[in-house]
Order: sequence, then structure tokens, then C-alpha cells
Amino acid sequence: MEIVAVVAGVLFGAAALCALYRIVRGPTVLDRVIASDVLVATVICALGAEMSFNRHADTLPVLLVLALFAVLGSLSVARFLPVRDSE
Amino acid sequence: MSDTVRDVISAILVLLGATMCFAAGIGIIRFPDVLSRLHAATKPQIFGLIAIMVDVALNNSTIGTITLIIAIVVFQSLTAPVVAHLVARAAYDSHRVRIDVLIVDELGTRPD
Amino acid sequence: MSSTKQRLATFVNQAPLFLGLVLLWMLLWGSFSWLNLVTGTVLASIVSVGFYLPAVDLGLRLNPWYALLYLIRLGFDIARGSLQVAAMALSPRYTPSNAIVAVHLRTRSDFILTVTGVSTSIVPGAIVVDVDRVRSTLYLHVLNLKRAEQVEEFRSGVLAEERRIVMAFGSRQDVERLRRVSGEDRREKDQFARDEHASNKRRWGGTS
Repeated sequence: MEIVAVVAGVLFGAAALCALYRIVRGPTVLDRVIASDVLVATVICALGAEMSFNRHADTLPVLLVLALFAVLGSLSVARFLPVRDSE
Repeated sequence: MSDTVRDVISAILVLLGATMCFAAGIGIIRFPDVLSRLHAATKPQIFGLIAIMVDVALNNSTIGTITLIIAIVVFQSLTAPVVAHLVARAAYDSHRVRIDVLIVDELGTRPD
Repeated sequence: MSSTKQRLATFVNQAPLFLGLVLLWMLLWGSFSWLNLVTGTVLASIVSVGFYLPAVDLGLRLNPWYALLYLIRLGFDIARGSLQVAAMALSPRYTPSNAIVAVHLRTRSDFILTVTGVSTSIVPGAIVVDVDRVRSTLYLHVLNLKRAEQVEEFRSGVLAEERRIVMAFGSRQDVERLRRVSGEDRREKDQFARDEHASNKRRWGGTS
């Protein structure tokens, strides 16, 4: 079980780093939005994995709030993005 | 269910979710344009989340947990496509799609 | 402005959504108590009066058996699509080749159109880029389509998905239309081929 935890942790960490790379590099706003969505999804999955390792369900409300509000950010950016906006 | 069996199932589900997240990370780095990256992003949002949530439900199956998990999964699977569509439309409208990787573009040639 | 009958019809039409809101409230609290039911009902009425939206014509008709089939198939598709996209992202020899495909659905109902759109883009590998409500056409961006046959394969996949959804939730007229357009399986294929032919002709006309 310990090995599984370490492997999962490494995978989650790598995913988060990839998302961060994309957030920093861009090249467009939409790329950053997508990357931050991936980051949030990774955080949600990692919190869930922690719950299942330690056999509790205390962070579920946090997951719910994250799942609800992660949407709002990307939604508003995509909705109100000016059409002329390269870079 | 014995403890070992549960551990194995739980390990498989967690690794599945983690792999989905990892593949999404690699995907958004390797894929060439916004729309392709969008495909990579929807994967941990739906499938990874479902895998992890099933795992949590297995380890901690009370009614309160399961209803919350259902709510989370339903929310996520209703909102993720909406966001994906909005981002896709914004990308297409501002010409950020790489035409050279498309084999057909029936939206560009639609009859109006 | 409306007679009692109309009002009643509106109410019946909206009832599933209202009940959905109450159910959601109870799911959020994670318990099914009377207190939750009462507060949920009060909040649902406040929300549906305060944030008024134009009524959706659900034309609700639920076939539990087909709905179950649809959900199982959807789950299976999600799993398969996710694994495919993951494999693609991780494979060392990846060459991008995508397509934007127009799918003409047979339904005329907004609800079916929406559900079809959502459930095709929930499956990794396809995303709705644009919707043409008047022609009930979905424009989908599809990952990793390399040949023209694959485009047709994908298109008939979406049409099959639409058929499952109509069988599960569609109104009587929609099911009728599905029958009329498609008839039995063989005729459906013929019709499909003919439609395809016509649209190909329109698309590539004299050029090829």
C-alpha cells in the first residue's frame, strides 16, 4: 500500500507540474484556462486518493466546492474573452 | 469483502485515477492546439474523478458519503462539457485552431 | 395571462426540475430528513421564482429500461474513450490528425439535442464546437481521426447514441421520427448512405 501511495503521489505531482508548465508557457489564455482546469482536477483526485488511503471522508465537502467553483473561473474567462486577444 | 481484496481494488482505482491525471498533464504539453489539449483535459475531470470517487465510496460506505459523491460526480459531468464547449467555441471563433492538423472541417464549409 | 389549465400544464412540465433541485439539496446535506425536505422545497421555490428561466419543453417520457441501457453504454464509452486518449497522449509515436465533423441529428427537440451534445462531449475524444439549433446539427471536434472512413464511423456512432437517448427519454413524436427516418436496420443504412451521398455531393460538388 505504501508503494502504491508513493507511485500515485509521483504521478499526481508530475501531472500538476505539467499543468503548471502549460500555465506559465501559454501561449494563449485558453491554454492557461485548460491547464488550470487540469490542475484543479489533479488536486481533486489527489485529495480523493488521500481520503481513500487514510480511510476517511472528511474532505468530501472541499471536493464538492472545488468541483463547483473550478467551473466558474474557466467559464467566465471563456465567455468574456475578447475576440482580438493573441498571446 | 476481505481486507486484502479491498486493498488491491483500492490500489488499482487510485493508480487508474493517478494515471489519468498524469496522461492529461502529458497530453496538454504534447498536443498541438487548444482543441486537442481540451480533449486531454476532460479525461481526469470525468474518468479519473469517477475512479477515485468509487474508491472513496468503497472505503467509506455510509449514506452521507455516497450521496455527496453522487452529487460531485453529477456536477462535474454536467459542468465539464459546458466549459469544454465554451472554450472550444472561443478558440474556434478567434482562429486559434491549427487547420493543418484537421483532415475535415465541416464547420468551415457549412452551407449558410 | 394564462388559463388554469395552461398553468397546470406548465407546473407539471416544471415539476421534474423542481424535484431535481430538492433532491440536489438533500444530496448536498447527505441525509434524507424532513427538515431537509422542507428547507429544500423552500429554497427550490425561491430559486425557481427568483432566477426565472424560460421553460424548457421536456416532453418527458422516461423508459427506465432504455435509460439504464443508455447509462451503462455511456459509462463504458467514457472508460474506453479515456483509456484511448491516455494511450494516445503517452504513446511515443503520436502524430496529430483531427477533424471537425458535422452530425445531422434526426430529432427536433432541444432537450434531446442537448443531452446528445453533453453525452458525446463527456466521452473523451469529442467536443461540441458549435450547435445549429434550427437544423439540429452538432459540430464536433474529434481527436485522432485519420481517414475518411473513420469520420463516417464516428458519425454513425453519434447517431446511434442519439437513438439510445431518444429511446430512453424522447417524446412519442421523436421515437416516431426515428422510426420514419430509419425504419428497420437495413433501410436505415440505405437512408444513411443516401444522406451521406447527398451531403458529400453538396460539400465537394464539382471540385472532385
